[in-house]
Amino acid sequence: MANSTMESGVDPRARIQSQVEQSLRRRHAREKRFRRFGLTAVMLGLAFVAVLFVSIFSRGLPAFWQSTLTLDVRFDPAVLDMGPPPQQKPEESPRDFQQRLNAWNFQLTMASWNTILEDALIAEKPALEEHRRQLRKLFTSGAKYRLRDLVAEDPSLIGRSREVTLLADAEVDVWIRGNIDRSLPDARLQLSPEVRRIADELHEDGLLDVTFSTTLFTNSDSRSSPASAGLAGAFMGSLFMMLVVIVLAVPVGVASAIYLEEFAPKNRLVDLIEVNINNLAAVPSIVFGLLGASIFINWFRLPLSAPLVGGLVLSLMTLPTVIITTRSALKAVPPSIRQAALALGASRVQTVFQQVLPLAIPGILTGAIIGVAQALGETAPLLLIGMNAFVANIPTTPFEQSTALPVQIYLWQGNEMRNFFEARTSAAIIVLLLMMITLNAFAIWLRKKFERRW
Amino acid sequence: MRFKKALGLAFAAVSMTAAAAPAMARDTIQVAGSSTVLPYASIVAEQFGNAFPFNTPVVGSGGSSGGLRQFCQGVGENTIDIANASRAIKSSEIESCANAGVKEILEVRFGYDGIVFASNASKGTFKLKPEHVYKAIAAQVPKDGKMVANPYTKWSQIDKSLPDQEIVLVIPASNHGTREVFEEKVVLDGCKADDEEACLKFRQDGRVIEISGDYTETLARLQAQADAVGVFGLGFYEQNRDRLKVATINGITPTLETIGSGEYPVSRPLFFYVKGEHIGSIPGIEEYVQYFLSEDVSGFGSQLEEIGLIPLNDEEREQAIADFKDRKVVSK
Repeated sequence: MANSTMESGVDPRARIQSQVEQSLRRRHAREKRFRRFGLTAVMLGLAFVAVLFVSIFSRGLPAFWQSTLTLDVRFDPAVLDMGPPPQQKPEESPRDFQQRLNAWNFQLTMASWNTILEDALIAEKPALEEHRRQLRKLFTSGAKYRLRDLVAEDPSLIGRSREVTLLADAEVDVWIRGNIDRSLPDARLQLSPEVRRIADELHEDGLLDVTFSTTLFTNSDSRSSPASAGLAGAFMGSLFMMLVVIVLAVPVGVASAIYLEEFAPKNRLVDLIEVNINNLAAVPSIVFGLLGASIFINWFRLPLSAPLVGGLVLSLMTLPTVIITTRSALKAVPPSIRQAALALGASRVQTVFQQVLPLAIPGILTGAIIGVAQALGETAPLLLIGMNAFVANIPTTPFEQSTALPVQIYLWQGNEMRNFFEARTSAAIIVLLLMMITLNAFAIWLRKKFERRW
Repeated sequence: MRFKKALGLAFAAVSMTAAAAPAMARDTIQVAGSSTVLPYASIVAEQFGNAFPFNTPVVGSGGSSGGLRQFCQGVGENTIDIANASRAIKSSEIESCANAGVKEILEVRFGYDGIVFASNASKGTFKLKPEHVYKAIAAQVPKDGKMVANPYTKWSQIDKSLPDQEIVLVIPASNHGTREVFEEKVVLDGCKADDEEACLKFRQDGRVIEISGDYTETLARLQAQADAVGVFGLGFYEQNRDRLKVATINGITPTLETIGSGEYPVSRPLFFYVKGEHIGSIPGIEEYVQYFLSEDVSGFGSQLEEIGLIPLNDEEREQAIADFKDRKVVSK
């Protein structure tokens, strides 16, 4: 009895209070839990990004430094015996002259450049004479063309000496920098023991040194001379494609978004178009590649591997993104602006172009830049239009064959010379990431600068 | 107003590019095909571009079949001029070429490639025989006179001399010419039964991994699954000796010499196919082929040999040069 009176005797207010406290605790706990989850998610994301960046930078940054040999090269006239370059004679037609010039250039290319390289090394270290045959393995094969270009530019070099910095062979670079386990037995190393010993000696003497190299930025891809493989060709290809995207996708996308948002009647057809644009934005990029291959190449007969075709395909891909972002930028302009303009007697075109569009420009630009950045990083559709080819020339027009930065990354990761190209691949990723970050930062800056609040 | 101007400019630019495109004549040779031939062809292309006043040819990959498919798309500037292949062209491909108007197909054989089995350098050494590979890979193997579902899970179960390692074989997918040689010279040789189809039925329990990408992908597999044995080209193995250990076949180690002499059984000729219709209209094709076939470029002591190509002997080289000179067209 006593017990029951006790129970019923509890102050109902106290009971309610304890209930409230309990539920409050529960709610606080829930909030804390959620915050912790959120924080963990963010930390996890950041950790992944950090791992990605650390691994790419630690692997890629060394590739900006390369083994080089700085030598006093003598352009021996006994080896370079092709004489002075031909001069155009007054009676000679330009074609004949070109032919003679080509013949001279051919002779120059075919000259025994290896002898000149070997002589230059032996001049520094006479003891190397007995290993003459091995010395050429120290230089990347592009070194010959480097010297040839110097002579072609200035034929008076023949007979004189000049200090030249030449790239070492990729395998030598791998060895010097310890990118291969130096304790492996001979059978598992690419370089012969002799070449390795000479390389180490030259490294000690300071003739062979690891220096910052601009090769990566000035050269195009190379197979015959891996040490001189660079990104210049791919960079130009990507640049041309971005230009095509900016010229095509941005104006077409913005124009269609303005029409759909401001002028189009609200009916079923327009709804259908809207739904389809949203769907297009979600179509995998490879599909656009297939479309591009069959339409632009097989039907329009545009050239294979050309940045023009790549740009067209990427434009198709970027178009929905541009339309969607432009529409949302236009939607964000308050209706009062339009109403005020209309009330003052402006026509609809005047309202849109003089009032709404200027206010929406920051949003449109941000969308366009993000779209272009997306296109810059796209690889899959480019593989289908032949842009994954090996191209040794740096393209000068959008019609010339070329690769693109992301495709170059793909090609380098597939190169059989793993020890050398692993670092190169990561270096290419760094360059691409920096470009992306610059573009995105530009988009953010634009938004901040022109942002307006109502 | 400014917007209008920008729009006008954009349209002008677009119409200009559209008008200019068909007028452009291609003056760069376009090559595509086998990923085995790719390193060789790219090196030759680069040297060719450096030595001659022609543009450097552009070399794409896509596998032998992919290259020949592009090759057979027709005649014209937007089709490729040369297809690299690590196998001979098939009669079905010659037919589809002919249907598209490509009738003058010139076959050029420029060297040989060895196919090697290699495993992770940190693991056991393999002394393989074709029969071992067949027993490891087939869906059904003979046991006590009957065909039973492949019971082997470890190499040592097949033969005591093989390492005690899980059977995992990483082989090229059928888009690669290498696959055909692998089937013909290893699996069929080891199978010894008449029913080819049954011999080439591979097990489906995840121990056979087909790679449609290139050898780097195979290498990545071997690094992830240390027990796996992969199929590579000799050139690729030579470049990655620090990571890979090569297997002998019938007791013979694959080297340039043993493959060149035919002692090592698994090798195949490498080809490229030239579209005769394009010679003359695309500048440089003839010179490229002649340059490719010259002793300095693809012979003994050349850079191609250094990266793993087994050069033709003098007789074969002369034959190849003569055939091209005579424009000898492949027949079905």
